[in-house]
Amino acid sequence: MFITFFYLLRARGLKVSLNEWMVLMEALDKGLCKASLLDFYHLCRSVLVKSEADYDKFDMAFAEFFQGIESPEDLPEEFWDWLNKDVKVRDINDKNMLDDYVLELEELMKRFRERIEEQKERHDGGNYWIGTGGTSTMGHSGYHERGIRVGGEGRHKTAVQIAGERNFRDFRQDNILDTRQFQMAFRKLRQFSSKVEGAKTELDIEKTIDETCDNAGRLKLVWDRPRKNTVKLLILFDADGSMMPYSRLCSQLFQAVSNANHFKDLKVYYFHNCIYEHLYTTPHCRRGEWVDTEWVLSNLKSEYKVIFVGDGTMAPSELMSKGGNCYIGLYNEVPGIEWLKKFKKKYSKSVWLNPIPEREWEYTYGSPTLLKIKEIFPMFELTIDGLEASIKKLLVSR
Amino acid sequence: MTNNMNLFKGSSEYVVSNELMHAVNVSIALKKPLLIKGEPGTGKTMLAEAISKALNKELVIWNIKSTTKAQEGLYVYDTVQRLYDSQFGEGDVADIKKYIKLGKLGEAFTSDKQVVLLIDEIDKADLEFPNDLLWELDKMEFYVNETKELIKTKERPIVIITSNAEKELPDAFLRRCIFHYIEFPDAEKMREIINVHYSNIEEKLIAQALETFYWLRDMKELQKKPSTSELLDWLQALMLSGVSVDKIKEQIPFIGVLLKKNQDIEVMSEIKEKGFSLKRWL
Repeated sequence: MFITFFYLLRARGLKVSLNEWMVLMEALDKGLCKASLLDFYHLCRSVLVKSEADYDKFDMAFAEFFQGIESPEDLPEEFWDWLNKDVKVRDINDKNMLDDYVLELEELMKRFRERIEEQKERHDGGNYWIGTGGTSTMGHSGYHERGIRVGGEGRHKTAVQIAGERNFRDFRQDNILDTRQFQMAFRKLRQFSSKVEGAKTELDIEKTIDETCDNAGRLKLVWDRPRKNTVKLLILFDADGSMMPYSRLCSQLFQAVSNANHFKDLKVYYFHNCIYEHLYTTPHCRRGEWVDTEWVLSNLKSEYKVIFVGDGTMAPSELMSKGGNCYIGLYNEVPGIEWLKKFKKKYSKSVWLNPIPEREWEYTYGSPTLLKIKEIFPMFELTIDGLEASIKKLLVSR
Repeated sequence: MTNNMNLFKGSSEYVVSNELMHAVNVSIALKKPLLIKGEPGTGKTMLAEAISKALNKELVIWNIKSTTKAQEGLYVYDTVQRLYDSQFGEGDVADIKKYIKLGKLGEAFTSDKQVVLLIDEIDKADLEFPNDLLWELDKMEFYVNETKELIKTKERPIVIITSNAEKELPDAFLRRCIFHYIEFPDAEKMREIINVHYSNIEEKLIAQALETFYWLRDMKELQKKPSTSELLDWLQALMLSGVSVDKIKEQIPFIGVLLKKNQDIEVMSEIKEKGFSLKRWL
């Protein structure tokens, strides 16, 4: 019966192998799980889950499977046999009275209201009144297994409550995460070559043997240069007003890229909604603080990999027509979309990262232009998973 | 618990959460390496020290660097030395054993008593590094090709592996480990940690310092958040200087102890003044 938990975990996307499952069984046989569901929860988690990114999935599956089981007494029979190996120590006086048989929430609530009527003063300890530290069903920091917490912090969380709280929601991979994770993704973007400058620090065994032979058996060491990353990256950020809601996300991406020192070259420019004659050198996109887009196109060789970061939503004219540039006084002879196509033509390895979640692309405000751009560049949403997918895309040769 | 001798209960200098203690004991009982992940400054490395002290076992530390190879942990065959020796007729070159130098893993394996082996920051090394150690960590043995000798553990060491999550670790490796993620301590736990380090410290000072500290940590714009060790240093500075307690939150003296980057300090003072910062874009 218990094996269903294993299948549930797998069904919920956790990569639990049979090996790990057997380890868990071994642990249970050894009595590593003392008589509490919370211990069991921690044991399962440390044996079966191997990344904090999966803690949330595990919490959800655990809560789903053990739903309604709030105390060890409710555990299935098979379980209880394991748990019984260690007897729960409980103070002889610490026993529930009166409220023992209250199960239904409705009735509990009714009693709660009644008791509020009855109760006129503060109570700490005890097993009847609403107060702190007692075994009554009502109050907080108490020990009753099913009851109402009235304010305060829960002192004895049961495992299902903890699992239900989903404290690790932030670590889910499809969530938007901190720079370290972005950096990790960027680390995958590398291409090695040994033909770079640098100190010769690696022993070249092959050549050493050859040279030593040529040297009539007298040892002659030959050193070589270690391999280095040769990836060159050009990143173009949309710094428009519509990107403001995503500014934190973009700045995290920006920090991740600028902290990654393993690129051979990194160029960052900014644009406003769409690309026209100029690329701005600062995120403020002020007139004059720019370089000519043509200059970029002619000076950065096609070996650069290009990442666009933008929501791609704008008025259709901004993308499709001459003079669509929404900055007054900047008339563009070439429509924005042509500029984008120029980039695509020059840099075969280019992707577009969009902070708008993918499921909204079809109908979000401004989706016509977004979808037009998506036809030109492979578009990914700006999450860890999306970034990883886009980097994979940048690495495959075409 | 089968072996009460090896039950880790934390130590006087190391505040351990129940979950972590449980994970340590599970890994000892199951004889599997314990993989510890967590933010910098959550005491990952300290854990191994605490275990070795609490269980009174020797600690062997293998610090991983970006250039570390798995083989270095097992043994190194110093061919170059042997070649030189043979050419200049020094020493007995026939004795290959002389040129086999055991690494940290080898050291831990050959020890007569059970030791605590810490493999620190395993994610620093090459992506393939953990895979190269699968067999050795599983079976706790390795073969020295040059001397045709099998090095096997007498007492299986307690293996603690730490990772800063700089790189993903391979699945095959993860499957063999017990995993625990150390969360950053909350204010309550932090208080305990502080009390362990400084026994006679003013309660009011702790309260003020902690409030400021968590306020700083909540700033998403900071590139490097202050961690436990920085807080402890800061408290020491505050105590030594005798700054008036009421001014801590307001002035944040010795900010350089908490924030190590100029940029972060600028961002912090801007947020303190205006409530927001635009510096993050620059």
